[in-house]
Amino acid sequence: MVDTKQRHLPRPTPETLHFWDGTRSGELRLQTCDDCGAVYFPPRPFCPECSNRNVSVFAASGRATLYSYVISNIPAPGLEPPFSVAVVTLEEGPRLMTNIVGCDQTPEALTLDMPLEVTFEAQSDEITLPFFKPAG
Amino acid sequence: MARGSVAVVGAAETSKMGQITEMSELQLQADAALNAMADAGLTAADIDGIATAGKPPDALAQYLGITPSWLDGTLIGGSSFMLHVRHALSAIETGLCTTVLIVHGESGRSRVEAEGFPEFIGGKLAGQFEVPYGASLPPTMFTIPVLRYLASHGLTPEDMAPVSVIQREWAALNPRATFKDPITVDDVMNARMVAYPFTLLMCCLRTDGGGALILTAADRAKDFPHLPVYVLGTGESAEGPLVSQLEDFTSSKASRLSGKRAFEEAGISHADVDHLMIYDAFAHVPLYGLEDLGFCQPGEAAEFIRNRHTAPGGRLPLNTNGGGLSYMHSGMYGMYAMQESIRQLRGTAPAQVPNANISVAHGVGGMFSVAGTIIFGTESAMQ
Repeated sequence: MVDTKQRHLPRPTPETLHFWDGTRSGELRLQTCDDCGAVYFPPRPFCPECSNRNVSVFAASGRATLYSYVISNIPAPGLEPPFSVAVVTLEEGPRLMTNIVGCDQTPEALTLDMPLEVTFEAQSDEITLPFFKPAG
Repeated sequence: MARGSVAVVGAAETSKMGQITEMSELQLQADAALNAMADAGLTAADIDGIATAGKPPDALAQYLGITPSWLDGTLIGGSSFMLHVRHALSAIETGLCTTVLIVHGESGRSRVEAEGFPEFIGGKLAGQFEVPYGASLPPTMFTIPVLRYLASHGLTPEDMAPVSVIQREWAALNPRATFKDPITVDDVMNARMVAYPFTLLMCCLRTDGGGALILTAADRAKDFPHLPVYVLGTGESAEGPLVSQLEDFTSSKASRLSGKRAFEEAGISHADVDHLMIYDAFAHVPLYGLEDLGFCQPGEAAEFIRNRHTAPGGRLPLNTNGGGLSYMHSGMYGMYAMQESIRQLRGTAPAQVPNANISVAHGVGGMFSVAGTIIFGTESAMQ
């Protein structure tokens, strides 16, 4: 049986380990191509724009804006409805899935393009998830 | 690909639709396949190519007693069967096989020996970067782009409601449809909220069922019992399964590319299309589809539907079986969209469109992950 009280947690792979090491130490890590300069997500050891393997990891600012979302009334493991399932656009360009926390889970409180900032919450010894909250 | 080189000579759905507890998923596939073989006047011995999604094609071949020289197990969600048609066309043209059976069967509701919804848990990219946030089922995945779409065009969630209302009008004309009672925009807006901005009546059904198609070379097509339906053009493309990584939440890139290719191959314009099927797992998908296929300008599909152009009596009949919203939706709905295209072009649809000669069936797979487009035509469309 799947434990429905516990969130589904990521199982890092060798290619993504730096990201999860980063969240555990309070950094949102992205990658950039040393050749073409593309900034990309999710993690992989090559550039999806130009296929170059020379890439670097760097810490993002943690600032983002709300691109789109739904407010789920369907329970999910470890998540009590209503909860937002959101996609945010990072200041550096890439988008990622997250939950918006620290505000009401309503259409009135969740306005598109609202400024957000990352906040980290440990889920286990190994995994810390990045969430986003209203900036300021 | 040569326009119209391959034809559909057999087409059928499962004998029952809705709740079918007495059949395993494998038997649902077989039921649809046997019905399609009977429709074409063929037996398993006549089939040398087989395609299916969800279960391995060799398992189905063995169950049916088919010895294939060509197999396709492409599984990319609900539009898998559109891709099978496209791949079968190529296989028949190049002589890899002569007679292809494409099968869908899914115990989506009763879950009798059913394949599960793919588990994204754990180490996969979706399992690491999307599922932990609750994006684990279609109502919280497929739906995420729509607020950006609505906002960018000055629309509101209520602009999606006429999609459900008008498809229910079509369903009322279809005896096999699961839901036939009329609904209003208010009914749609006041239904239980599943995942804002989607109410229950903006979400597809969950049913059991299946369907199958038999394709062969056009020069043999007139030897079969029913009017042949020719494949005029096909397209496929993909962005991939990570919702957060879709290029643009206001439009599906996979749909745009797939549709463009199919229209180019068919050599037709939008004005030539008599009948249209667009995969409708949720009420926003036909809006995206109308725009991505080029029937409407960006942001204009909601008004197009509200103005009843896709309704019974309208100039572009859309989802005339009632669609996934009201007819049936077993999980991978694309097969039923093509079945309705075939019925319309054979002239045997419950809600028959007068003089339907060209039908477009557009499938979206996964959560806007993949798209497949098939353009079908009658003998007179071949002229």
